Amino acid sequence: MTRVSMAVNGVRYDQDVEPRLLLVHFLRDTLGLTGTHVGCDTSNCGACTVHLDGDAVKSCTVLAVQADGAEVTTIEGMGAEDDLHPMQEAFWNNHGLQCGYCTPGMIMAASDLLNKNPDPSEEEVREALAGNLCRCTGYHNIVKAVLDAAKASKGVPA
Amino acid sequence: MTAVEQATPREQWVGQAMRRKEDPRMITGQGRYVDDLVLSGMLYMAVVRSTEAHAKVTSIDTSAAKQAPGVQGVFTGDDLKLEAPLPMVWIPPGVEVKTPETWPLAKGVVKYVGQPVAVVVGSDKYGVVDAAEQVVVEYDPLPVVVDPEKALESGSPLVHEEFGTNQTHEWSIGGGDMDAAWADADVVLERRIVNHRTAGAPIEPRACVADFRAGALTLHLTSQNPHLIRLFMSGEFGISEDKIRVIAPDVGGGFGVKIMHYPEEVIASWASRKLGRPVKWTETRSENLTSTIHGRDQIDYVKIGAKRDGTITGLECTAICDLGAYFETLTPFIPCFTGFVISGCYKIPNLKYTARGVFTNKMATDATRGAGRPEATHLIEVTVEQLAAELGMDPLELRRKNFIPKEDFPAEVAIGLVYDSGDYHGSLDKLLTHVDVDAFRSEQEQARASGKYLGIGFSTWMEICGLAPSRVVGPSGVGLQGGFYESGVVRVHASGAITAYSGTAPHGQGLDTSFAQIVADRVGTTPDQVDVIHGDTGAGPFGLGTYGSRSIAVGGESLARSAIKVAEKAKRLAAHLLEAAPEDIELADNKYSVKGSPDKGLTLAEIAGAAYVPENIPEGMEPGLEETTFYDPENFTFPFGAHACIVEVDAETGKVDVKRYVSVDDCGPAINPMLIDGQIHGGVVHAIGQALFERIHYDENGQLVTGTFVDYALPSAADVPSFETDRTETPSPVNSLGVKGVGEAGTIAASASITNAVIDALRPLGVNYIDMPLTPQRVWSAIHEAGTATTGEVSHDPGKQGGDWDGHGSGSAGSGPTSPSEGGGS
Repeated sequence: MTRVSMAVNGVRYDQDVEPRLLLVHFLRDTLGLTGTHVGCDTSNCGACTVHLDGDAVKSCTVLAVQADGAEVTTIEGMGAEDDLHPMQEAFWNNHGLQCGYCTPGMIMAASDLLNKNPDPSEEEVREALAGNLCRCTGYHNIVKAVLDAAKASKGVPA
Repeated sequence: MTAVEQATPREQWVGQAMRRKEDPRMITGQGRYVDDLVLSGMLYMAVVRSTEAHAKVTSIDTSAAKQAPGVQGVFTGDDLKLEAPLPMVWIPPGVEVKTPETWPLAKGVVKYVGQPVAVVVGSDKYGVVDAAEQVVVEYDPLPVVVDPEKALESGSPLVHEEFGTNQTHEWSIGGGDMDAAWADADVVLERRIVNHRTAGAPIEPRACVADFRAGALTLHLTSQNPHLIRLFMSGEFGISEDKIRVIAPDVGGGFGVKIMHYPEEVIASWASRKLGRPVKWTETRSENLTSTIHGRDQIDYVKIGAKRDGTITGLECTAICDLGAYFETLTPFIPCFTGFVISGCYKIPNLKYTARGVFTNKMATDATRGAGRPEATHLIEVTVEQLAAELGMDPLELRRKNFIPKEDFPAEVAIGLVYDSGDYHGSLDKLLTHVDVDAFRSEQEQARASGKYLGIGFSTWMEICGLAPSRVVGPSGVGLQGGFYESGVVRVHASGAITAYSGTAPHGQGLDTSFAQIVADRVGTTPDQVDVIHGDTGAGPFGLGTYGSRSIAVGGESLARSAIKVAEKAKRLAAHLLEAAPEDIELADNKYSVKGSPDKGLTLAEIAGAAYVPENIPEGMEPGLEETTFYDPENFTFPFGAHACIVEVDAETGKVDVKRYVSVDDCGPAINPMLIDGQIHGGVVHAIGQALFERIHYDENGQLVTGTFVDYALPSAADVPSFETDRTETPSPVNSLGVKGVGEAGTIAASASITNAVIDALRPLGVNYIDMPLTPQRVWSAIHEAGTATTGEVSHDPGKQGGDWDGHGSGSAGSGPTSPSEGGGS
């Protein structure tokens, strides 16, 4: 077992973990933050996307020990029902989700995009989300939501 | 129906693009999916699967695995004793379907890669996977067959020796006289159209948590129909349904593949009973691709006859349907759906459709989004455009000439079904208000001059859904062993808040919202007051689940009827309290008031209060305010529409780019137009996936080559455009809402328009036909071969199964295999 220490959604955790434990399983199983999902095991679908020190990463491809000392933000840290993040609000307003399974990863990837490019074109949104698969929405309303969030929160970092 | 029609209120919420009630929990990570669930003492299960496509299992050594840390049990087919095998529920009268016994764990022989052979159950999620690797299975390989046409040849290896053939069954439907069809035709055209195998691939894999204790089972399951799963499990375990509760919480997409009853939920439940602990199993994506049902996989031999003026005289199709090695819940039935809509939007007097099911050493096929109807639309709409080219006619003109006219509805078609309502000219006309075909043709011409190849393709589609009249699809009809009604309970609480129970089991459709809209209007409240409960056999009556685009047309109607019954009782009670006659009470602006005195009305909450504290209710009236409906429709519903696709094909690389996609769909009056658009977007992209990217591919040894999302290519946001959607609204006469269903429409419609567009783009290069998936390699090869052929017609076998692997499709490509035998008919 290896000791890891990280801040997840602003809360500090010190835990002993197996060196092979994936970050996504640390979040889901050890911390009980089940908003982050697993969809493919091969880093294709992006359902497990979280922010690691401010960058979107696929947490199925990061070991918990690699996140030692890092700050992690998951969907639970983005905003609560009574205090939604603009990206969450935009997904709701634009019907950017159906089954909701890809949604947390999609919101984390999309907010990472706007952090880095607050005013993306439709094509830039589509390219930025190419690593996050959705089987329900056909992406149309997801792209609309991201462009809407960009408009709503232009220049305001997430 | 008259009472229902009279009671239908002015709609306040129905028709509104309301934001979904489901979303707040899902956008904040508070959704609850099966794999999120942790029970005290819960164990994990890993499955050891066959690595062989066909083999005798000579030994299974579990000794090392049993010694692994935390392992509590390792079980094989010899251990798992059940009262009954897994069910297959289609027994068509008069047709013999060779049905193998299917047990959750292999018994001495394996017949496809991924078949469960053993399970390891233990306390550590990673540990059980490690231990599963230590289970040593020895196989004695048997001959393998993967190509369904080769499987039908004499001398082919047999998947099930005991049947003496690989043909599972032959099922036909038709009407009219095919000899007359060909005799009346000036042109007869034939095509071999391959509708290849795909995966449903919801982003949430399957999962279950089984908790068997004190003689009763609670099973949390990623399911589209928990009530049926409970019924099946009751048979397998030999216990009555009341001792089983199946719960489908938030389900992360289904697309058909979560309809079925799978081995793993049975094994986990059995292991939970055996070990006295809850057992969780979560599918990996590779397991999802090897061992969750696949869809499509038909080779359609299509023959169409027409007069020179375009009048279609007959259509015949024989489908070779690759069903895999064992049947899942509905496997051999699915190709019937192709036959039910074999004439599409057209008035065709002579029809014949024959499905020949075939065993191969593969995973079973079954219902994935569209389930047989995408195959029908594809074969009809591609063939119609092929016929138009043959006749030198405008493909839209050819369609118009043969459309069932609006005034014919309800229209009985040659196979005997009665289409409920339709306006096929209307949807095409509306489509063309968005798409200027003449302008496109000149753009296309100019683009060609600069070496760019643009194409336009259409699909005027219809489908059958709203499953449906039990007397038609049930045991003595089509032969499904059940009824197909839906249940709906509207329970008004004392405060006026409502819980509505539905037997459907949505998994992304937004029924919490659309059902709330329907109920709110009918009882006089707001949708935020209506909580919809579904997917739990412990809450609400028996129901049939969500598939076949049935939830609104059957489940929604069921709740609408219960809501109307509640409003009727509320009116009687209001009349009593207001000292008026019941017929003088009207419901308007969420108040039950005496006509002409709207100020003195009572709210639903006030009436509910009086119903639950029954000091002053009419003589003979029961307390409470709650109604139940089991609604069995009189007919199916038949949605329809018209789609256009514009593509650009890069002739250098073969890459297809969807530039524009325009759809006009008709699913009756909208309950929530935003949800309808969402269903269309997703459905169309599902079809773009099949048309351009996705293919489940087995090599000649029956090894699955596309076992991860690295190899099985789902479309991403970067692969598709934004969509232009529009609607027409032709009410169905079947239900009081007038609704038809929309969950599968986009997928049913779109593959033909995309394929037709690609063919349109490639015609100047000599390619007149090409099979999906239209991968760069396949398109490039077709262009290349057409360019080197002596004539424009390239004839060889596209999409041959079990052949070379080229990354996304088979190496072979090009136009259809048959030369049209034209002129003179028979």
